[in-house]
Amino acid sequence: MLGEPRADRIVIVGASLAGLRAAETLRAEGFTGSLTLIGDETHPPYDRPPLSKQVLLGKVAADRTGLPQRRRLDADWRLGVRAGGLDPVGKRVLLDDGADVPFDRLLIATGTRARPWPHPDEAALDGVFTLRTSGDAAALAARLDAGPRRVLVIGAGFTGSEIASACRERGLEVTVAERGPAPLVGALGGTLGELAAKLQRAHGVDLRCGVTVTALEGDGRLTGAQFSDGTRIDADIAVIALGAVRNTEWLAESGLAAGPRGVTCDAGCRAFDMYGIVTDDIFAAGDVARFPHPLFEYQLLSLEHWGNAVAQAEVAAHNMVSPGPRRRPHLTVPAFWSSQFGLNIKSVGVPTFSDQVVIAQGSLKDARLVAVYGYRGRVTAAVSVNQARSLDYYRHLIETAAPFPPAPGAADQRESPVPVPSDVPDPKLLSHGPTVALTGHLPDRRLTVVQPAR
Amino acid sequence: MHIVVDLNRCQGYAQCAFLAPGVFTMHGEESLLYTPVVPEEQRERVRRAVAACPVQAILVGEEAGTGAR
Amino acid sequence: MAADTLFQRITDYANRADPYPLYAELRENGVARQDDGSYLVGTYHEIAALLHDPRISSDRRQRTVPDGAAGTDEGVPPSFIGLDDPEHHRLRGMAMRSFGPPHTPDRIDGMHEDITRIVRDLLAGLADKERIDVVDDFAYPLPVTVICRLLGVPAEDEPRFREWSDAIVAGFDPTPDEDPAERQRAGTEARKTMALYLGDLAERRRGHPSGDMLSAFVNDAGPEGQLTPLETMATGVLLLIAGHETTVNLITNGMLTLLRHPDALARLRREPELMPLAVEELLRFEPPVQMLPQRTPLADIEVAGRTIPKGSPLILMLAAGNRDPQRFADADRFDPAREDNQHLGFGSGVHSCFGAPLARLETQIALHELIRHLDTPRLIEDPPEYRRSPVLRGPRHLLIGRG
Repeated sequence: MLGEPRADRIVIVGASLAGLRAAETLRAEGFTGSLTLIGDETHPPYDRPPLSKQVLLGKVAADRTGLPQRRRLDADWRLGVRAGGLDPVGKRVLLDDGADVPFDRLLIATGTRARPWPHPDEAALDGVFTLRTSGDAAALAARLDAGPRRVLVIGAGFTGSEIASACRERGLEVTVAERGPAPLVGALGGTLGELAAKLQRAHGVDLRCGVTVTALEGDGRLTGAQFSDGTRIDADIAVIALGAVRNTEWLAESGLAAGPRGVTCDAGCRAFDMYGIVTDDIFAAGDVARFPHPLFEYQLLSLEHWGNAVAQAEVAAHNMVSPGPRRRPHLTVPAFWSSQFGLNIKSVGVPTFSDQVVIAQGSLKDARLVAVYGYRGRVTAAVSVNQARSLDYYRHLIETAAPFPPAPGAADQRESPVPVPSDVPDPKLLSHGPTVALTGHLPDRRLTVVQPAR
Repeated sequence: MHIVVDLNRCQGYAQCAFLAPGVFTMHGEESLLYTPVVPEEQRERVRRAVAACPVQAILVGEEAGTGAR
Repeated sequence: MAADTLFQRITDYANRADPYPLYAELRENGVARQDDGSYLVGTYHEIAALLHDPRISSDRRQRTVPDGAAGTDEGVPPSFIGLDDPEHHRLRGMAMRSFGPPHTPDRIDGMHEDITRIVRDLLAGLADKERIDVVDDFAYPLPVTVICRLLGVPAEDEPRFREWSDAIVAGFDPTPDEDPAERQRAGTEARKTMALYLGDLAERRRGHPSGDMLSAFVNDAGPEGQLTPLETMATGVLLLIAGHETTVNLITNGMLTLLRHPDALARLRREPELMPLAVEELLRFEPPVQMLPQRTPLADIEVAGRTIPKGSPLILMLAAGNRDPQRFADADRFDPAREDNQHLGFGSGVHSCFGAPLARLETQIALHELIRHLDTPRLIEDPPEYRRSPVLRGPRHLLIGRG
């Protein structure tokens, strides 16, 4: 190891959930050196999941979702300044304000940002929003308060669906436009996608699948939108929910394996360089990281999950202050949740890593169920709808690569025990970016492909 | 006092919503919504809720990053 | 001794005061098959997994040899505690409508002052007594008063339903003695009587709601509709029994434990804000429900390397899991400020205790006020005399002196 790993200089770029939890873990593990957190937002770390739920419902103000800390940090916070570059030889982070910050070890936790509407002039119309930051949420919530006549949500992934749900709950008219065959289909496949579509329509959403928005209209102010099927609607708000873009541009000249799919790292969160050689002093964690997972054939995963940000940050931090043999792999089973249209949707494993699905418990009709996903005869994921207490059982099946379909005998198995194809579409066919991306095995950035936004 | 709930751990036992209904509310049968910044008069109730959570999913602490410059 | 007699020994009244060495023996064995074909599980991780396993039924009628306690024959259907989803979920949800969130989120929080007043009244009545029976003078009347108000049962009927309740609890006592069939018959009979009593109370409130849960059962309808009269009776019996047969043990076990751990008692006096954590630790250390005796696998299942055949009686020893050193550091130590305390005191999974928030609040308030009220309490009898049931375990009396 270089120097004294518990007493030198650590810099964390990214001051949100992953950066915060990493910093706490460093201190908890006895790191006594200097600790700097750099974040481009001016707010201290805050929690994002409430932004599309409590905040849009008007129950919590957008600037009131600050995260609690687990311990006092004794850190140098540099907020409101972007990292613009990385000098891996001189071991400095270059800031947009001209300063540079030297480090002995670096954690990259720059996360993602909302994918913007691809036409800047249309995106600039008053009434066009994205939802990623607390500022976004504050602006959107204020507009919803004003009682728009119709809200258009473009993209029916989790964020788009949650926005639509909040709008309906507030009694607002909503149109959802999705290029794919159903909402959530990119993350959950065909069976639950169909359920999500029924649910949205039952809650009064004007859901339009298989269409794209060809133009946002307006003169300074949004007035409506045109669709690829030739129809148009009046709308005074449009929320662009086309998924996320990973914040890796600042690493373009760094020589790291960083690109649109994220910063590739090993199971110990150490970043690769562009030749596929692992670095020893640069780590990555959270939404920006792309890492191999043994449960999914060591394919590189990019996860936009709250739980992954926490778990991976803890592993990265531990490894940053531990000698080689003491380092740990990041092996957590991926998990996420969504709350929409009165339902609690929870997932463990990777539903898109599947060829078949079966409703192992409950029923689609009652919208209370567990769907279990399999790939080549083993269980790889489970998704519960209002039945979260069953998920631990399936997590264990995933961890132990149990045979698929799962053993019969559930007291509440009511749907057919015969699996059907899981129907996970190619992400290119969707408006919403998948929040779980399987991105192959190669760390080299030159092999990643940028998908067009729509 | 700020809180955050690990909703991956949460299984909807709703103990927090019983014990501190001014801070935690069940939205539908199983989804939990909560107020991240705890009002002074709710602190004791929130402490009860934190202790009662069967999956120990509620983290309570001072707001992070308040020493930021 | 042989593991196949463990259940006999655990249920033997002679071991009621301290079953914990037997639980340790059970954990050593992992899964213990008994002579009668039933299976005991006492390790934390295995119990926790089984409580979340959808193949484990709570319906005794699923047993290969159904037993007399199944309650299938007497007209009153099983309550949701003895049913599986989706039926369990439907009935529990309908009962929850008038008890807690999402429909009635403020009910329990709103009882805080009421409970405090009942506790203080009880303690005021003890002011002159040199010697107190924590059970009869305090830990029993409190939850009875609370559950009566909550359900809408006249408190003056307590002597009647106490008798029925005793018989019902004895009826599901799984102790394999000479005549369990007679106990079960008497229990079934008592359950029927109590059901008719509660059904009558509920019917009289139809059209005249009085803010209690029985009123809600017959007057309020959710999307699932309303409980039928038989479902109202079964649910009422369950809540009345659970509401006053378990919290009494939690409070009494709690006071007994604090008196056995004077440091903890002193610390709770100094730091009353620790009480919520202390009550969780009591639920781990001396849980009022020691075991779940009525589970049955719906398929052959493997647990810790052994196969438990479909239809076998499966008994989950919660109190043994709560002391599992594989899960809890210093598991046999009572630590009122224990962190990382995911105990099994209220079970877990879909059947986790319906009344848990009420039991928590009652016990927190009760112990807080009791230790404030008693300056220098001392145990007169240790161990105290225990109630008979090995399932709902607690002292019959707990005599303490002051000064």
